[in-house]
Amino acid sequence: MKITRMAALIAATGLAVSGCSGGASGGGGTTIRISANSVKGGKNSSGAEWITDYVIPKFTAMEKAKGKKVTVRFEGTGVDDAPYKQKTALDLKTGGGADLINIDGIWVGEFAQAGYVKPLNEVVGAQVDRWDGLQQIPGPVQNIMAFDGKKYGLPSGTDGRVVFYNKQLFAKAGLPADWQPKSWDDILAAGRKLKSLNGVTPIQLNAGTAMTEATTMQGVLPLLVGTGHEIYENGRWLGDTAPIRSVLDLYRQVYTSGLGDPRLQQNPQGRDESFQRFSKNKVGILLESDYFWRSVVNPKGGIDPMPDRDKDVGYTLIPAQSPGKGIRAQNAVSMSGGSGWVINPHTRNASLVWDLLSFMGSHDAVKDEVQRSAVGISPRQDVNAELLGGDPLLNFISTKVLPITDVRPGLAAYPQVSTALQKATGDVVAGDSVDKAVKTYQQNLTQAVGGAGHVTTG
Amino acid sequence: MAHQTAQRSLAGDVPGGGDRRQGLAFVVPALLLVTVFLILPALWTLYLGLTDYRLTGVQAAHPKVVGTANYTHALGDKDFRDALGRTLLFVLGSAIIGQNVLGFLLAWTLRSARRWARALVETLVLLAWILPGVVVAWLWIAFLKDQGGTLNAILHTPGRDWWFDHPMGSLIVFNVWRGTAFSMMLFTAALSSVPPSQLESARLAGASGWQQLRDVVLPGIRGHILTNTLLISLWTFNDFTPYLITKGEPHGASAVLPVYIYLTALPGERLGFASAISLIMLVINLLLALAYIRILRRRA
Amino acid sequence: MSPVQVVRRIGFYVFVALVTAFFALPMLWLVTAPFTRNPTLSVSWPDFTLGNFKHLTDDPNALPSLYNSAVLSLWTMLITVAAAALAAYALSRVRVPGRDGILYLLLLLSSVITGTSAMVPIFQLMFKLHLLDKDIGVILVMTGGLLPAAIFILKDFMDTMPKSYEESARVFGANSFQVLGHVVLPNVRPGLATIAVWAMVNVWGNFLMPFLLYRTPEKQPAAVTLNNFYTEGGQPNLALISTFSLLYSIPVVIMFLFVSRRYGFRFHGGIKA
Repeated sequence: MKITRMAALIAATGLAVSGCSGGASGGGGTTIRISANSVKGGKNSSGAEWITDYVIPKFTAMEKAKGKKVTVRFEGTGVDDAPYKQKTALDLKTGGGADLINIDGIWVGEFAQAGYVKPLNEVVGAQVDRWDGLQQIPGPVQNIMAFDGKKYGLPSGTDGRVVFYNKQLFAKAGLPADWQPKSWDDILAAGRKLKSLNGVTPIQLNAGTAMTEATTMQGVLPLLVGTGHEIYENGRWLGDTAPIRSVLDLYRQVYTSGLGDPRLQQNPQGRDESFQRFSKNKVGILLESDYFWRSVVNPKGGIDPMPDRDKDVGYTLIPAQSPGKGIRAQNAVSMSGGSGWVINPHTRNASLVWDLLSFMGSHDAVKDEVQRSAVGISPRQDVNAELLGGDPLLNFISTKVLPITDVRPGLAAYPQVSTALQKATGDVVAGDSVDKAVKTYQQNLTQAVGGAGHVTTG
Repeated sequence: MAHQTAQRSLAGDVPGGGDRRQGLAFVVPALLLVTVFLILPALWTLYLGLTDYRLTGVQAAHPKVVGTANYTHALGDKDFRDALGRTLLFVLGSAIIGQNVLGFLLAWTLRSARRWARALVETLVLLAWILPGVVVAWLWIAFLKDQGGTLNAILHTPGRDWWFDHPMGSLIVFNVWRGTAFSMMLFTAALSSVPPSQLESARLAGASGWQQLRDVVLPGIRGHILTNTLLISLWTFNDFTPYLITKGEPHGASAVLPVYIYLTALPGERLGFASAISLIMLVINLLLALAYIRILRRRA
Repeated sequence: MSPVQVVRRIGFYVFVALVTAFFALPMLWLVTAPFTRNPTLSVSWPDFTLGNFKHLTDDPNALPSLYNSAVLSLWTMLITVAAAALAAYALSRVRVPGRDGILYLLLLLSSVITGTSAMVPIFQLMFKLHLLDKDIGVILVMTGGLLPAAIFILKDFMDTMPKSYEESARVFGANSFQVLGHVVLPNVRPGLATIAVWAMVNVWGNFLMPFLLYRTPEKQPAAVTLNNFYTEGGQPNLALISTFSLLYSIPVVIMFLFVSRRYGFRFHGGIKA
């Protein structure tokens, strides 16, 4: 008796659920689903607003004008990158998921190797290469969504890393307002002057595993390209080598001589706290991406707003270890990342989805996206030239940083390599010698990439 | 022989006076749900533990069976063994001792307490238990924070970084706070099932409070103590909340096993490796469970 | 009052005061931060703004997600309690060889095989059963995970119940369901209430499974919403996090009180079996 009643209840729920889950197509029209890690009122709110308030109404109107009934649904979440990646991978693996999906550029390689995504011109056809928008997107930026020389998607934005410094503290320490360090030593020298100020952490150079990718992207890798090397060179990963050792040695110098605060690197909220300290004039020098400028110290809507940001926050290029020592013999270096859109290979409406995607990458749409601050630096040069003039830092990055920048290798082993690098810096900060830290790193790296054959040593 | 015994006792004890089918019918819904939604995925997970499966990359498309490589790698890893040691300390300190003792103490003393005192304490203790994990993590980050944390404000120790200086101690105190409610509830329920007549006759025989406790109450609820200790140990052993608070910092000093899995298997989504460690954890849990049963049987 | 009694009384109140402080103090932040304009992680006297609550409504799914969580929790709780009660009763009264061993093993499985390691199997299973993006899918997965512990706890309660009660009911011709419904269950109400609350609390706090198994944003429960209040760079928005945390916590407390009252588990006045 009880069992049957329970079964009836279960069945009732099932009915109710399937009743409200809404069919894929209503009234003969086509439904397209977009998925991104942004949500109204939460993470990347303006990105979600751009899609729901601009892209969807405009696109459906355009299609309607062509006599087609199209419904576009936005499936947004605003969670951490790791679960979003897991969900997206599971979706693509089983053949489900949205038609148009936003992913981090660094996942493209892993997803391609797993067969989750396919090159755009395989999914859509040759019309991709004929799209006029491509001429506006510089090659390096197109490569954010490329793997093995093939385009898997269109980039939706990029970024760049610079050295930020607090001009008030610099003035107090007798340092110039338009500071331009030429080498790592210049940074250390400025740090030593800042050290004389009471209660000030001279340098924040992200380290350790608690900061996750922020340690790698705003610490190890920009330093490494400053030694003239990339983490993945000639088909091998950089192991126990001179460049890795000199990067770790810089960490040692910063964190054993009182120039940096080791505790902050081992604090689970260390990055948040370093931002807070910077905004309260307690950190002198900080290596970060334009995100810091747009979303942290921004007087309008930043999480640690600085009312006089444009006056108090200085920025300069990241110097190579010494002049000319950077990759491609550069004096200054940077790292960039970015995300973009891929089309689900299982979509039933590939060419319609491409119409939507190319609309989203059109001049007007991207312009609206930038105006809503849904993206910092857009992939389109025409839009950047029109709009970024209003923001000195974004303009600086788009004109001075992007030409000298570098990107991470988009391989499945990268996340583990990145963790090994984070651990190595954490070891040094916790007091290990560079020699010991680099040996542990070599072990972890070998294990991560599947054998010593994939590692450069010596 | 064993079969016969089973038959006989079945015939004697089944609800409905020997109708074995009816007994089976009672178990079917649970059995079905557990088989499909727990055992099946579990077996699948155990199989993944023998492969180099990842969520993405080449190994996602073509996972290879690597046999016991995941296991030898985990067991040979010093970080793993350190994490195991920390986990055992965590279980011993916060569950077996902390939650058990405080939970029983609360259940015992509040029995005869005034209504308001009882309501106040029980509400707070239960609140700590029913608040969602993410919320609780924020509360304890704020509570023990070095700059402006509540505890430092009360103790007048500004700048004291509890999570940094005593990561495991702080975690243990946190978990006692978090989980004591379950023990309190279970013991309260258990104590109410001890017939008052037994306590009454013990008291009439001149037994003190402690003697009543030792001779009447504890033996009466031995089964509940076993159940409680086992459950809270398992839950504590597999608790992920420490990650939400400390992320294993400083420098791995608070990395208990679930945190270790997260930190080592998640970069690159090495699900094969994660599954292997899960099985190792299962075996350790099994050993813990067997140890309890042993100890409690011997006492009996 | 004798001196011993006085000392006891004082000792009792000191104990109550200490326990109260220990359990209450960490919760202060949850009460102050939501009403503070730019809250940090320290507890300070709030400047009483309701702006944070208003901000929450910028996410149109934030508040409805609380309702979704309630639906998920209630259904999972009902199915878990029903299935566990039936199974626990049968297992408590039937001697199957190896019964305890199997129960232990299931219990271990359910506490270890969760989250990350079982992610792929569970997702693929749900995909094949066409249960993705459906409430019932999430409910069944959760139930499967909760059942072993629920059966385990309930069986304990039923084991301690004297069999004479049931036997006398049988004498009057009651069948097994009647015995269970009229005799056994009323006697293990504290156990049922414990399981009910425990199951709801578990579902309410679970993030990963609903996040992975739902597609439609409107269906996501509150645990997922709470994870939305971070910036693109991973920095927490403490104003929204604390405010939503408060809203997220209140329904659990209310559900708890409701269950306590409705099913006789009077946690304000203690348990009367």
